[in-house]
Amino acid sequence: MEVKLLTEHYDKPEFKALVGYKKLGGYDTLKKAFGMKPKEIIEIVKASGLRGRGGAGFPTGMKWSFLPENNEPRYLLCNADEGEPGTFKDRMMMERAPHQLIEGMVISAYAVQSKKSYIYIRGEYTESYRTVEKAIREAYDGGFLGKNILGSGFDHDMDVYSGAGAYICGEETGMISSLEGLKGQPKLKPPFPAVKGYLRKPTIVNNVETLAAVKYIIRDGAQAYRKNGTEKSAGTKLFSVSGNVVRPGNYEIPLGYPLKDLIFNLCGGLKHGRKLKAVIPGGSSAPVLTADEAMRATMDYECLAQMGSMLGSGAVIVIDDSNCMVDLMKVILHFYHHESCGQCTPCREGTGWLDKIVTSIVTGHGRLQDVQLLEKVAKNMMGRTICALSDAAAMPAISFVTKFRDEFEFFVREGRSKVKKEGYNYAQMHH
Amino acid sequence: MTSTFQLSEEGAAFVKRELNRYEDRHSAIIPALYRVQKENNGWVSPESVTYLSHLMDLPESEIEEVLRFYTMFNTKPVGRHHVQVCCNISCAMNGGRELADRLCQEFDVHDGEISGDGRFTISRVECLGACDKAPMMQVNDTFCEGLTEEKAIEILREMK
Repeated sequence: MEVKLLTEHYDKPEFKALVGYKKLGGYDTLKKAFGMKPKEIIEIVKASGLRGRGGAGFPTGMKWSFLPENNEPRYLLCNADEGEPGTFKDRMMMERAPHQLIEGMVISAYAVQSKKSYIYIRGEYTESYRTVEKAIREAYDGGFLGKNILGSGFDHDMDVYSGAGAYICGEETGMISSLEGLKGQPKLKPPFPAVKGYLRKPTIVNNVETLAAVKYIIRDGAQAYRKNGTEKSAGTKLFSVSGNVVRPGNYEIPLGYPLKDLIFNLCGGLKHGRKLKAVIPGGSSAPVLTADEAMRATMDYECLAQMGSMLGSGAVIVIDDSNCMVDLMKVILHFYHHESCGQCTPCREGTGWLDKIVTSIVTGHGRLQDVQLLEKVAKNMMGRTICALSDAAAMPAISFVTKFRDEFEFFVREGRSKVKKEGYNYAQMHH
Repeated sequence: MTSTFQLSEEGAAFVKRELNRYEDRHSAIIPALYRVQKENNGWVSPESVTYLSHLMDLPESEIEEVLRFYTMFNTKPVGRHHVQVCCNISCAMNGGRELADRLCQEFDVHDGEISGDGRFTISRVECLGACDKAPMMQVNDTFCEGLTEEKAIEILREMK
């Protein structure tokens, strides 16, 4: 069953504007937060077990407590550079509930004592940008941003920034570079952003969904938040389901929910009565699960990690038996090749080689040793670069080849896909 | 070389405001490039970079570096309408690539190039975050979702 905590009012159009948002209890939690000490809020968020909803799943309260104890100005950045293929939850959150994000951000900013925040929105999301920008103006007019918010003595300014098309800016240090007006190239950590981030000042970077969840944790308390989810994966999470299901869309479910039920109950199963072949459970960088694995998986950080995959951003891509896995892997690897920022050799060269090798297979020019070569190149790309993009390309490559080796070998041997599709020319698809 | 490009008065005022909007002046480069693109038929010319460098008092190299890094900036002319068809995984599984090919055929244009009548540039692009409504395309700023080939052709036929 869905549990609509963050998304309770998403089907009400009035929730988008300040008036409607306030009528539905909006900004009441901010008042409550100002009655608490900042440290208390951090402790509640820690106790709630909230983990970052953008992809890495790092405990939010712990991230906040890495800020140094000094008087330097500190920044809060909201990561709204949603770019992991298959993910479309943050866009919905910004377009339907911009004030929910703003309220969560002001509470979080108060907790970490930041006077300035930015929402970094991916460039293609022009509608999100307009909606959030308008909501910020409303929040200033309503006294929820600016000087002495609600008489608390706490000042906070907020602004939006538009990216310009670069997947890598979803990586927190890449985003910081981009916001600083540079190429969006990630930086070596440490120092972590909490110590030296935006303009070399202490900076917290959190995902849209993470910041919105903070509001509900403060509203209901850590224990109430923990009623949903598992011990290590607390609360609810939004999952973006796409691919070959009858009812694709965003679903808010408690963490620990069976993937099988998400696909076959909530999403209505597979289109055209087809059979399940595979599922990518956490965005295109998450290792693919076979149908058997998918039927056993639960949607929480620990189960998917145990299965050698990851929860990632919560983008569930459901693949039916009409798809050729070699073809899909080519789509994925082309993307990571295109998006590599070029700083680190293993990534710049590795993504290029992976793309080239799988292209040669899918166009009918593969050699049997290419299948092994894919694995070898991918393994050499893991854990050797400044950021996780290299691994993000290598992980799906290894999982596709390992779990669907027969399809790769068949393609090489026969010069055509094992999956017959009427009128389909795989080579032509990749011109 | 003398600069031949100029922003409108309004555009120049916008750039000046952006220079003071963020903590660091460099943060104004992206908004300034968007503005140039908007006023220059959808692309950023070398002359406009020279112009921005003077206007913003920043080295051309720093502007150029940002320009080249981000995919949303066009460094060559585009058609009056920029049609971007998502061909990433969920769209590819739902006919996105066939859609891109069909549109190119229908409007007689090669991937990434301008149609003979100057109306369209049609490009294959990566995930735009509308995977539940695959296949989809972005026409200028607007997302067109849940497409069939016929629906997409109809939308583009309406555009002059």
